[in-house]
Amino acid sequence: MAELTRKEVEELALLARLHLEPDELDRIGSELGTILAYFGTIAAVDTTDVPPMTHAVPVDLALRADDPAPSLPVAEALRGAPKRDGDLIVVPAIIPGSES
Amino acid sequence: MPEQIEKQTKQTEMERMLETWEPVIGLEVHVQLATRSKAFSPSACEFGAPANSLTDPVVLGMPGTLPVFNRAALELALKLGVATGSQIRARSRFARKHYFYPDQPKGYQISQYDEPLCEKGHVDLIVGGAIKRIKLERIHLEEDAGKNTHVGAVSHVDLNRAGVPLVEVVSAPEITSAEEAAEFMRALHRLVRWLEISEADMEKGQLRCDANVSIRLRGEDRLGTRTELKNINSFRFVQNAVENEILRQIRIVESGGRVTRETRLWDADLGQSAPMRSKEEANDYRYFPDPDLPPLVVDGALMGGILKKLPELPAARFERYQKQHGLAVDDARTLVSDRGLADYFDALVTAHPGDRSGRMLANWMLTELLGALNAEGKEITQSPVPAATLSALIVLVENGTISGKIGKEIFAETYQTGEAPLAIVDRRGVRQISDEAALWEVIDRVVAANPKQADGYLAGKDQLFGFFVGQVMKETQGRANPSMTSDLLRKRLGR
Repeated sequence: MAELTRKEVEELALLARLHLEPDELDRIGSELGTILAYFGTIAAVDTTDVPPMTHAVPVDLALRADDPAPSLPVAEALRGAPKRDGDLIVVPAIIPGSES
Repeated sequence: MPEQIEKQTKQTEMERMLETWEPVIGLEVHVQLATRSKAFSPSACEFGAPANSLTDPVVLGMPGTLPVFNRAALELALKLGVATGSQIRARSRFARKHYFYPDQPKGYQISQYDEPLCEKGHVDLIVGGAIKRIKLERIHLEEDAGKNTHVGAVSHVDLNRAGVPLVEVVSAPEITSAEEAAEFMRALHRLVRWLEISEADMEKGQLRCDANVSIRLRGEDRLGTRTELKNINSFRFVQNAVENEILRQIRIVESGGRVTRETRLWDADLGQSAPMRSKEEANDYRYFPDPDLPPLVVDGALMGGILKKLPELPAARFERYQKQHGLAVDDARTLVSDRGLADYFDALVTAHPGDRSGRMLANWMLTELLGALNAEGKEITQSPVPAATLSALIVLVENGTISGKIGKEIFAETYQTGEAPLAIVDRRGVRQISDEAALWEVIDRVVAANPKQADGYLAGKDQLFGFFVGQVMKETQGRANPSMTSDLLRKRLGR
């Protein structure tokens, strides 16, 4: 399996919201390459006619009844919030009008 | 330029451009499902609750928590799947869609990707008097995100909405005008309310829309570069934003430029869109099957239950009202705009003797009943006049017991007091006089009392006929049978 290019490592870092210094980019690039090589080993196995498996246990999805239960108290829910304004969590500005 | 002229100029420019260019539009509509609790955990779903008061460890994405899917969300999504004629997957799958955003504490949204619940359905639009069918690519299940509010240099996050179950309805790119895009939204809005899947209140964000827009030369098969419009959350915005985008793209291409593939935000106040900063959309969602959620299985028993509960759909009723009950297109369209209206009309038809009164029933219902309800800001479901009572009143008019004019007065009283129409008629003594002898007696008296007018009419003054009708009505307090009165008056007056 091919080594990751520097650009691919930079993209991965961006997607993971990680800031990496140039030397870290080199180091992580090579470490990720090693990890990818393990997948190369797995990928080498002949899986013709083997259906893809996405779950280790052959069970169907369990469903629950639509019964509401009490929510967390607001103080408890916000205990880990870095910054608050009343009962709202405060984060650095996201682009205006982009709420989704 | 005055607004009116500007609008007209734009209109003409658009018409000229559309002779050459064909817009191709696909919509992605998110609909919140009306469950009591969230998609994957038991926190309540409720609009307008105090900020961050509807969360639990699953919603907050706490380590060690596991999602358990809500059966009601599945049932509501299946109802929509069946109503849109979709193929339902016996086994569908949840996937993780990864992105970092403060409204999504887990760092991913649970959605469906390569194995959605429903595929290849359709939505029927009412365009003019006809049904136009727009194909759907898919309907899939997912969870909503929290809500960000932007306040100067910071953003506020409320996670009450996070985890609310949604369906995303994706149309095929076969909508060809801004009006049709808005009509698609209306049709979907009508359908989900009809099926009681969602309140679909757009002001509460329960129905939200993104549009993919491109243009191509007429006759061309290949699709042009598309842009995605976000933030178009009203029927009017959909139409304005899409129209604006079609014009923008045609102007770019006609002046030798190329459309850039990008996501644009609609600003309803400015009436224009602007590109989102490209860094913000530099997303690679890295979908993969959610290991926490085994395959979602839909079996025959579940489907049987859904099929049994499915009501007749708006488009089917729209056609039935015209074909079977002879209604005008506009009346049929009004009736199917709301399930309550259509159900009331059906109850009225059922209660009413004979089957030739469709137009008359629709008239009374839409004019008198809806008029009275609208004046009070009431819904049809709050009508103080049951369908059987309205029918009883219409019967009195149809069989000549009272005139149509008196009927309206009786209706007003029934509406106010709830008293039965026939009881009001008898108490007020307003039965129509259809007895020929009684009418002759009145007519004789009226003509004898007005010899000059009678001569005038005979000499050709046609308008005097109305004078005599008026006199007869006055003498009988409006109770004289109008058509008999006309016939007898003609005989008496000699022409």
